[in-house]
Parts: sequence; C-alpha cells; structure tokens
Amino acid sequence: MSRLTGPNIQLNELGQLHHFLTIEGLKQHHLVEILDTAESFINPKTREIKKVPILRGKTIMNLFFEPSTRTRTTFEIAEKRLSAQVESLDIATSAAKKGESLLDTLWNLQAMQTDMFVIRHAQSGAAQFFSQHVAPHVHVLNAGDGQHAHPTQAMLDMFTIRKHKGSVFDLKVAIVGDVLHSRVVRSQIQALSILEAREIRVVGPKTLMPESPEAMGIHVYHDMEEGIKDVDVIIMVRLQNERMTSALIPSEKEFFKLYGLTKERLALAKPDAIVMHPGPINRGVEISSAVADGPQSVILEQVTYGIAVRMAVMSIIMSNAAQLKQHHVEQEAAQASLDLDDPLTLDAIVEANS
Amino acid sequence: MTELDIDVSSLLENICEQLQSRAIFSQSPKMIGIRTGGEWVAQKLHEKLALADPLGVIDISFYRDDFSKTGLNPTTQPSDIPWEIDDQHIILVDDVLFTGRTTRAALNEIFDYGRPASVTLVALLDRKGFRELPFQADVIGISLECSQPIKVTGPEPLIVTVLDKQEDIA
Repeated sequence: MSRLTGPNIQLNELGQLHHFLTIEGLKQHHLVEILDTAESFINPKTREIKKVPILRGKTIMNLFFEPSTRTRTTFEIAEKRLSAQVESLDIATSAAKKGESLLDTLWNLQAMQTDMFVIRHAQSGAAQFFSQHVAPHVHVLNAGDGQHAHPTQAMLDMFTIRKHKGSVFDLKVAIVGDVLHSRVVRSQIQALSILEAREIRVVGPKTLMPESPEAMGIHVYHDMEEGIKDVDVIIMVRLQNERMTSALIPSEKEFFKLYGLTKERLALAKPDAIVMHPGPINRGVEISSAVADGPQSVILEQVTYGIAVRMAVMSIIMSNAAQLKQHHVEQEAAQASLDLDDPLTLDAIVEANS
Repeated sequence: MTELDIDVSSLLENICEQLQSRAIFSQSPKMIGIRTGGEWVAQKLHEKLALADPLGVIDISFYRDDFSKTGLNPTTQPSDIPWEIDDQHIILVDDVLFTGRTTRAALNEIFDYGRPASVTLVALLDRKGFRELPFQADVIGISLECSQPIKVTGPEPLIVTVLDKQEDIA
C-alpha cells in the first residue's frame, strides 16, 4: 500500500518525501520544510547542534561506492545526533568484490533491518535504481550519483545562503568552474530556481558549460569579471579531473588565470557577497587561499550546516513515514466503519455467521 | 468552546508567592518554559519574579514518545537555554499538566544539556485524574477535574478555554 505512486519517484501518496533522490520536481514547500527543520537543530546563540532521540531504534546504512570525506562524515554525525544506529559499509572490502551483484548486496543489507540507505555511487541514477528495489518501508537518500544529483549538498548550500542573506529569493548567484561535470551544480541550480533566486549565472570556459543553459533558466558567462559582477553569492566548484575524459582545459595554471577567484575579482561582486565551495577545494586552481580563508568565505560553515540539513532530511523522511502509516490506519478504520454501516455487508456478516 | 471563568493573573500571583516561599528561590534559580503554552506562562512568571538570568525555552518535539505515530510537529523551533544547566536549580514551567508525557520529554531534554541541582515543576493548570506517568507538579495555579480538553491561548492575553470534545485541540 505504501508503494510510491504519482508522477514523482521520491514522494509518497500524501505528496511528502519518501526518498530523497533529487531536487528536481520538488515544490518550494518541500525545500522550505527542510530548511526550517534544519534550523530547529541549531542553537540560535551557540550554533551548537545537539543530539536528539527521535531516530532511536532506526538503522541507517551508509553505502559509499565512491570516496567521500565531508559527505560521508557529516551523514554519519547527523545520523548519530538523531540517535539512529549507524552502519557504514566500506564497499571496497565488501562482498561486491567477490562478485555479488549490487541488488543482492542491497537485499542482504535490507534483511539486516535497515530503515534507510544513504548511497553514493559513480553511476548517474544509482540511488533511484536502489529506491525502486527496496522494500516499501525502506528509504533511500542520494549522497551523490555520477553527474546527476547531490541533493543534500544543494540544500546545505541553500541553508548557508539563507543564514547569511535571510532568503534565497531575489538573489543574484554566480556558479563558477566545472559546471558540466558537477552533480552539485545541477542540484544547486534546481534548488535556486525553486526558491526563486533572481538570477543564476554560470561562469567558465565553453568546454565546461552545459549544452542547453537556456532550458535550465541560467545565464552563461565566459568572462569571470563580467560573470561575478554585482552578485550576492559566488559558488566556486572544483575541476572534476576524474570525470574529464579529454583535455577540456589547457592547464590548471591557465584556468586559475582566467577563472580563479582572487581578492581583486571578488571585489567586483557586491561588498557583502559570500563565497561558497562544496569542497574539496583546490587552492591555486579555482580559488586563492586569501579568498578561501578570507572574511567573505563561508566554506567551513557549509560543512557544519551540512550536519543540520542532513538531520532535517532524515527526520522529515521518517516523520513522513510515521504520518503515512497513521493515515493508512485511519483509512482502514474509516473503511471498517463504512463496511459496518453497509446493510449488505451486515447481511453478509449475519449470513456468514448463521 | 467555553472560556473558563479563571482569573489567570491571580493564578500567576499565587504561583509566584509559592515559588518565593521555596528554599531554591534564594539560590538564584533559572527558569525554563515549555513551548508554546508553558513559554507564555513562564514569560509572565519570569517578569513578575524579576529573575536575574534570561528565560530558557525548550521545544520538546524531538523528545516526544509518539514520533513513530505522529511524526514531527511542523512548527518545531530550536530550544534555547542560554546558560549552563549543570548544578543549577531549575524552575520548569508548563501550562497544563495532563498525562505527564510532556514533563517526561522536557526532563529528558534538560538532562541532555546537563545535570541540574534540582528541578521544580510548575503548572498553571493541573488536570487531575489523567496522569499516565508518575509526575506531580510542585507548584500549581489551580487543579481541575474536567474531562474536556483544555487549551491555553496567549501570549497576550493569556486565556484558558475548555473545548467541546469534538473540536480539534490543535
């Protein structure tokens, strides 16, 4: 009964998040709920994120088929601060190496009473694939799939923007660097547009820009100075060397010369502009140390907020599951009382008992 | 919906007098209100008693024992306890003491912050006969025996209403 229905692959029949696979297709209220809930985990004065007992008794399994430092660690911390039982599987040393198929691995892990999987995989669509094969009561969170999506990263970026600017609405945001290969950027653009940023710019060489930017509602700049002029937010992204199959840039030095964020260039943005980076940063390639460590940089805050935002997503999903279950109980109760009111059914019961 | 003929301000006066006569009152107690109704009551008490330290507020949404049934409260806000809990005398304020489950959740949350020297429980209204857990308030505005749901609205003015049974308490 709790199989996913409707057009969206990640919503339940009440239109709430059941999995979290992508930002695409979500409504503004979904994103705002995540941001508001994340807020409730952070002490407004000390910025401390305290442990709460809501996911006690739940098991969350982290499956990282691709290396990760920040995402994996902040997911683990978030899970522990929700009091869930946390298992992180090192795929490199697991049975996958012994020839077990992905789905067999998944079903075995599910049989270990897992309530939620957090999955990172080099293949685009991997998280959705998993979500289609887990039991109805099991949830899948995408922690990055190929070049497709990284929705929790995009949400923690939106949260960081909101913390500094009050709201994403009406802001000018420039995303600089390897837009073509970045799942983070895809998710960021979707989130920025759902939250109604005024202008989304992408800045970089032609070879690293998406093919049809107009369809995504974004403006492309090949000139860095022009691209970051008067923006409220600058998001730098790393050159994804591991995803480049051919030489798309002449050299890292050349890239820094053209697109690296330096103090001089940062001065072109609004005076109170913030500088973000999803990490890992390559100093001297896309960003200078003076900027990365400077007063306008919020790069390390992004990491801290990542804990609260991931706590929010996981608690919302488990909360939705509870509400859906309750909804079914009420539906069944209503159905049962309807059945009793139905004279035909009453007759049938009498008949069956005689 | 019926507005109860209760003079809330005299109940608050009554609570203040009782608190002032307790030993902890001379040991710079700190006050915590339970969001939302308890926070409103606590704001009034805090002002009347002129406590030196700012008022703390806790939101027990993440500590409720019915999360697996009802999910999250959409209006959840961060708890804000602006001082250390350790070794402090805490006055914990709620609007209505009913089943005792809110008190249980609040105590659990407080103990996640630290180990208080003592906790004094204050309730504006004590609904007798419905307790599901062994909690009793130390200081009570008034005790009621009433089977209908009671709602406290505020913050200004603070009013106690009795709801007809079929009305939604939310």
